[in-house]
Amino acid sequence: MIFAVISGLISAAILPIFSRFKKDLVPKLYPFIPLGIFIYLASFLQHVVSEGAQFWSYSWIPSFGINLDFRLDGLSLLFGLMITGIGALVFFYTSYYLKEDKYLDRFYGYLSMFMAAMLGLVLSDNLISLFIFWELTSISSFFLIGYKNEDDSSQKSALTALGVTGFGGLVLLAGLIWIGHVGGTFSYTELLNSSEILQNHQSYIWIVILVFVGAFTKSAQFPFHFWLPGAMKAPTPVSTYLHSATMVKAGIYLLARFTPLLGGTDIWNWTLIIVGGFTMLYAAIHSLFRTDLKSILAYSTISALGILVFLLGIGTEDALLGAGIFILTHALYKATLFLITGIIDHETGTREVTSLAGLQKIMKPVALAGYLAALSSAGVPFLLGFISKEVMYEASFHFGSWAILLTAALVITKIILFVAGFWVGIKPFTGSLPEEHKSAKMPSPLLWVPPVLLASLSLIFGALPWLLDGLMQSVFTSMLPEAPEIHLAVWHGFNWILGLSLITLAVGLVLYYTLKPSKKLIENVKTFDRIAPIQLMENIAMSFQGFAEKWTGFFQNGFLRNYVITILLFLTVLAGYRLYDGVDIHLDWNQISQITPSEFLVVILMVTSIIFALVTKTRTGVIVALGIIGLANCLFFLYYSAPDLAMTQFSIDILLVLLFMLVLFQLPKNRSFSTRKIRYRDGLLSLMFGSLIAILALEVFEAPSYSEVSDYYAENAYILAKGKNVVNVILVDFRGIDTMVETVVLVIAAIGVFSLLNLNLNPKSKD
Amino acid sequence: MKSLIFQTASRYLLPLLLLFSVFILLRGHYLPGGGFVGGLMAAIAFILYSFAFGLKETRSIVKLNPRYLMPIGLAICILSAISPWLVGLPVMTGLWYDEPLQLIGMVGSALFFDIGVYLVVIGSTLTIMFSIIETI
Amino acid sequence: MELLLIFIIGLLHAAGIYMLLRRSMFKMIIGLILLGNGVNLLIFLLGRLVKGKPPVIDEASKVFTEIYADPVPQALILTAIVIGFGLQSFAIILIKRVYKVLETDDLDELNSTDEEI
Repeated sequence: MIFAVISGLISAAILPIFSRFKKDLVPKLYPFIPLGIFIYLASFLQHVVSEGAQFWSYSWIPSFGINLDFRLDGLSLLFGLMITGIGALVFFYTSYYLKEDKYLDRFYGYLSMFMAAMLGLVLSDNLISLFIFWELTSISSFFLIGYKNEDDSSQKSALTALGVTGFGGLVLLAGLIWIGHVGGTFSYTELLNSSEILQNHQSYIWIVILVFVGAFTKSAQFPFHFWLPGAMKAPTPVSTYLHSATMVKAGIYLLARFTPLLGGTDIWNWTLIIVGGFTMLYAAIHSLFRTDLKSILAYSTISALGILVFLLGIGTEDALLGAGIFILTHALYKATLFLITGIIDHETGTREVTSLAGLQKIMKPVALAGYLAALSSAGVPFLLGFISKEVMYEASFHFGSWAILLTAALVITKIILFVAGFWVGIKPFTGSLPEEHKSAKMPSPLLWVPPVLLASLSLIFGALPWLLDGLMQSVFTSMLPEAPEIHLAVWHGFNWILGLSLITLAVGLVLYYTLKPSKKLIENVKTFDRIAPIQLMENIAMSFQGFAEKWTGFFQNGFLRNYVITILLFLTVLAGYRLYDGVDIHLDWNQISQITPSEFLVVILMVTSIIFALVTKTRTGVIVALGIIGLANCLFFLYYSAPDLAMTQFSIDILLVLLFMLVLFQLPKNRSFSTRKIRYRDGLLSLMFGSLIAILALEVFEAPSYSEVSDYYAENAYILAKGKNVVNVILVDFRGIDTMVETVVLVIAAIGVFSLLNLNLNPKSKD
Repeated sequence: MKSLIFQTASRYLLPLLLLFSVFILLRGHYLPGGGFVGGLMAAIAFILYSFAFGLKETRSIVKLNPRYLMPIGLAICILSAISPWLVGLPVMTGLWYDEPLQLIGMVGSALFFDIGVYLVVIGSTLTIMFSIIETI
Repeated sequence: MELLLIFIIGLLHAAGIYMLLRRSMFKMIIGLILLGNGVNLLIFLLGRLVKGKPPVIDEASKVFTEIYADPVPQALILTAIVIGFGLQSFAIILIKRVYKVLETDDLDELNSTDEEI
């Protein structure tokens, strides 16, 4: 199983080498990869239907609970078959569609990578590996959308898509980790037992929100839908594969997957109903204002995704079953429509629906596929679309007090989708053939067989729905563990639902004949573009950038001191506020040791030399003051039981003064550049900082001390390390690695000095 | 600074200070001292000598360029750190020779580590100071 | 005594920062050294002051029999002093070189030196 999942990745990885030698073979061989996996997955159909989910486990990072666990149940099998089946057709289709393209091999690499990622996504049982495959699909789709990489708008669309879906993925990761944290495991199968715990947990609402953001971004739900129409910049096979049949359904997959885990609560159901319902209406209406075939399809796809979300939101038995059937229905007819759009584009060079007509005279099989797909999309009896529509209406019609409203929304959406489907699937082929397209030719079988195959599947499953019983039953069971037995049938008898279906068909037909796609309609909606989410996102991005520039310009003005001042001010204000807020200093005079005269003398000496160092104008004076400060420091160490420190400080002090003296006359003079005002400002700031440090020191000093570490070292110094000078034992034994690294730092400093001094940096030698 | 008194003093101070620095180094495990301090002392001894007799003279006593002491010292540190690993113990485990030796006391991997630190400190300090003296 | 030390620590920090904020490179180095001294003393103080009891175990015994100074801050400071020396010497040599090449020690004149070298 793992080989089936990663074979796409492997073939993408070896592609660069392979194509160097046998570039021509790539399009001939690669389509057999998805085909092979399709057959492999199909061989499990019987097992899954009769025995339920199948499992495979490969350990990956067991210490983090991350494994490559694969779970093949009805839902993942349905998706897996769609991914590989439609994938195989798209692979074949591409081999002709992009025949002349010079990067065709690259294209196959991206496609295989995407296929593998998508397969991994639907088969993963482990939430973390699910996330990894999820992001992989976003990344590979970035490459595919931006395939025409010289095109500015392609680049922009690819970036937008990656930005939105990648962002959603990260949000999803947070949600998944949270689920794992609450449920105690990352394994989906194990989590199924703890759905009660998850749903009653206080952070349930946050988990749901995070998962929703992930699913909505991927599945292009309002307000994240705007990346999908842009993604249609990709070559048509990509749109077919990613943006109608598989990738955009990943969000749906996720929601369906998590329905038994998180679903069934009010917040889950109503959010999905509202978002899905709004999206399906909004996008359906939008699709009427387009004339580009692919744009129409893009919006009708968003609308169909909205329907799916809406159905998952309703969440009743009928709704979940309807969602399961509609996933397949939509994939079949929408992929067909995309493929024939590609053929039309390929043969006539245009995708403007207004200028297309009568093509059936030239390309009969393509027209046939178009008719079937359009009819399935419309929900005409004996096509799969009819069955899914029936179940859908059934679901919304029996949904309590809101049934009328929800059903009305669904019917309107279906009517509009009827029109949109007819525009794409029927309009280009009927009527009289315009002059300019007379020269179009019948395409190669590689192009027309895939859509015909898909369309005939719509017909077969629609006419003989019992063929799907087994698969749909197991899909149903994976969304609803106690699912009742189902029997799909075309005829349900005379009832309200049939009436609704007839209304849909009748109104749709009337609308199709009265409403003509035209450019004028587009102009009318342009005015609303300003408040469209895509525009808002761009504005936000632009103003963010402008703000960042101003911000950087203000703080990073090139004067190091100003950075220091900013940092110090911030620190002082922050810590100062904290001190003002709740400092509680009470001195315990017993803790404080007596002042002996000699110590007092040292303190006086030190204060005097610090002040002297500040005010003196000579370099020698400063250095002498520094030497005295060091020596005084050394005396403090000596007084307070740190002989090692005293010795080290003493030697360093000598070395530092020697070093200063050696280079003294090559150093710049001890001058002041600043004005009096700036000096007062800096003086005030440093006094503030100094007092802050002093107060902090006082506070820490007053707090009780914890010395477990010191005690441990002290007790074990001799017993474990056979040393009696604990400081030295810490340095060379307990923390030896630290010391080693510190000596390395010293070596680096020495090398730095050495190379600075021997570096030839004579400005005159350059002239 | 080539006064006679200073030169005469330095002549005797150098071996004394060096001896003292080794003493400080060796006793570091039991009494105040150790590689850092010892190394600094030795470096000071050499620098004093170079003040009195000049850099060339100083270099002629020690044939080895102090720069090379740095990698040698680091190598000793690393070797003493990983030597327990070679006999199957975790890195940095203290290994000790059972009986104390004359003058030196207990000998173990920690001592070698300290010697490494000692050499690195001498090496880097002298490299810094000597290259400054050279450029004056 | 601790109070006096705290005062000195505050003073060292204030003086160090003040010098660090000056435009003269020489003063910056001085500030760096003062600050280093201040931080060392601060760490030392926070390990609590103990008089006349170095963290060295008696000749006769194997563990401490009485109160002792905290060895951990001492070990920290010891390496800090030595590394501080490395840093300070590097900084001194750096400004020496900069001064020699550019013949200025005003930091504000160093802002656009790329084309001058």
